[in-house]
Amino acid sequence: MSTSNAADIGNARGTARAFAKARAEGRAALVGYLPAGYPDVDGGIEALRALVAAGCDIIEIGLPYSDPVMDGPTIQAAVQQALDNGARTEDVFRTVEAVAATGTPTLVMTAWNPVEAYGVDRFAQRLADAGGAGLITPDITPDYAPEWIAAADARDLDKVFLVAPSSTDERIAMTTAACRGFVYATAVMGVTGARATTSDLAEPLVARTKATTDLPVGVGLGVSNGAQAAEIAGYADAVIVGSAFVRAIADAGADRGAGLSALTALTEDLAAGVAGGAAR
Amino acid sequence: MPEALIAALDELDVAWRGAMADPDFTGEFDRLLREYAGVPSMLYDATRLSEQAGARILLKREDLNHTGAHKIRNVLGQALLTKRMGKKRVIAETGAGQHGVASATAAAYLGLDCTVYMGRVDTERQALNVARMQLLGAEVVPVESGSATLKDAINEALRDWVATVDHTAYLFGTAAGPHPFPSLVLAFVRGIGDEARAQCLEQYGALPDAVAACVGGGSNAIGLFAGFIDDADVAIYGFEAGGDGVETERHAATIHAGKVGVLHGARTYVLQDEDGQTVESHSISAGLDYPGVGPQHAHLAASGRASYLPVTDAEAMDAMALLARTEGIIPAIESAHAVAGALRVARERPGQTILVNLSGRGDKDMGTALDYFELGKAGTA
Repeated sequence: MSTSNAADIGNARGTARAFAKARAEGRAALVGYLPAGYPDVDGGIEALRALVAAGCDIIEIGLPYSDPVMDGPTIQAAVQQALDNGARTEDVFRTVEAVAATGTPTLVMTAWNPVEAYGVDRFAQRLADAGGAGLITPDITPDYAPEWIAAADARDLDKVFLVAPSSTDERIAMTTAACRGFVYATAVMGVTGARATTSDLAEPLVARTKATTDLPVGVGLGVSNGAQAAEIAGYADAVIVGSAFVRAIADAGADRGAGLSALTALTEDLAAGVAGGAAR
Repeated sequence: MPEALIAALDELDVAWRGAMADPDFTGEFDRLLREYAGVPSMLYDATRLSEQAGARILLKREDLNHTGAHKIRNVLGQALLTKRMGKKRVIAETGAGQHGVASATAAAYLGLDCTVYMGRVDTERQALNVARMQLLGAEVVPVESGSATLKDAINEALRDWVATVDHTAYLFGTAAGPHPFPSLVLAFVRGIGDEARAQCLEQYGALPDAVAACVGGGSNAIGLFAGFIDDADVAIYGFEAGGDGVETERHAATIHAGKVGVLHGARTYVLQDEDGQTVESHSISAGLDYPGVGPQHAHLAASGRASYLPVTDAEAMDAMALLARTEGIIPAIESAHAVAGALRVARERPGQTILVNLSGRGDKDMGTALDYFELGKAGTA
């Protein structure tokens, strides 16, 4: 069943362009995640720009949230630091503005309550005004998100919902029908965090997802190096990396220059990985 | 809720509805409650407290249940359901430790592995309950993240559940969280209200004029209220943790001071800032220290059927001491909030009958009482 066609979709800031470019180059796209406000707002912007410069095709900016149920310890600690430093929703939009200005499609990944607190319509408008491509919503499913879907559609924003290994085929179809931009497949049953090996749950999930949609399917959770990225790029349209980037910043501590260098090196390794994945 | 948990929640919903329609399951649940947990709990006429209050105070003695609180009802139901679903492991979150102890107890009795998540702050103020859980064979995992209290323990339990859902059941501790937990927990604890209503009619020939319970997440309260919601002449009062006072930032009065939002998969009142970040709650009672509240209470508050009022730490501790010294009953600090609230209601309803859910006993809170009242020194009182 085909419910959407990525080629038909696209606004100036959407993710469709990035997927089209990657596809034209015969490779998967690399999606990089960092929370806004980490290690601080300006430092976070600098870090995200480093990801863009070193080869990320799409950027996800996390909205720091007090109750990050799906985040593992690495991202949770970063998010807590951002909140402790006073990061606010407006800082997320400021970060979006700075990163989207590079021309790289930029999405926000957020728990639902901050969107509701800001006002769903107001949030969508502010995101669009900031040049954001759309929203990834890990803790709300499309059947509970009619207000967001309407607000996003009215502003041409991408709507990225998640599918999981535990999702039934019916729920995958329902989810992909509501997605725009791409579909986010969580590769493992568990929280975020770099893992030594990739999951054997990811490939069948991508296959089940692709059976319902023409939208690109990205795989996230656990990727930390180029070899893992190459493996996933063999069957997915995008490789999504988060915790490994956060870890690179955390490991550098107060040495911001070392952190940026580490981010650049890791991005280049991952970008080489997605480029070297199995023939697409 | 995350998509990864939807299948588990759907599975739980189907299993629970099937179980409640199966006389074998409900019969076994009733038998366990009767023979193992010691329910129906007594309805007790607290005459000496009533003299002080100026109104008749009836106490539903849930503190006399096995493990010392209403929690055992919910946990036996959920643990039986776990067995029925063929799962071998349970996880639970706990604040004051009562739900953790009840979960560890039910797991031991039914032969299930048990892991309990507990905020590090709560493990310190409830060390006795940590020891009880460990003696019962449960692993207690201290949670360091966030405010290191109940909400963070729930986050950690949800993270465990996402990764282990194929063989693990989450014994949710209160009538909050994602569907079907609020309905499921209510089904297992509504015996509190049904029993109390029948006991009132049998023992005193009339319904009470008002019922009162403490509200954190709200399981003991919704269990009691369920028996009286259709009795329009019975006033319903829920008492939230007012901490240092609702005019301060240190309280857990979620309905009084919260805004509608989403926390732990439930749309309800949440203590949150203007960005939607959860605000840390405070209560002298670890069991009430939750910045959300069960959605059924949110509905009862919004519809006006029930009144929810804050009770400060100081009022609760005074009520704890008063109940101890008038009736020889040391309540949990949670339940002392309900007693304090009932004393306030009594002033508005002199001579009337107020039924209070004494949801738990105070053994676990003796450390807090010791500090608060500066007890434990011979020759002082």
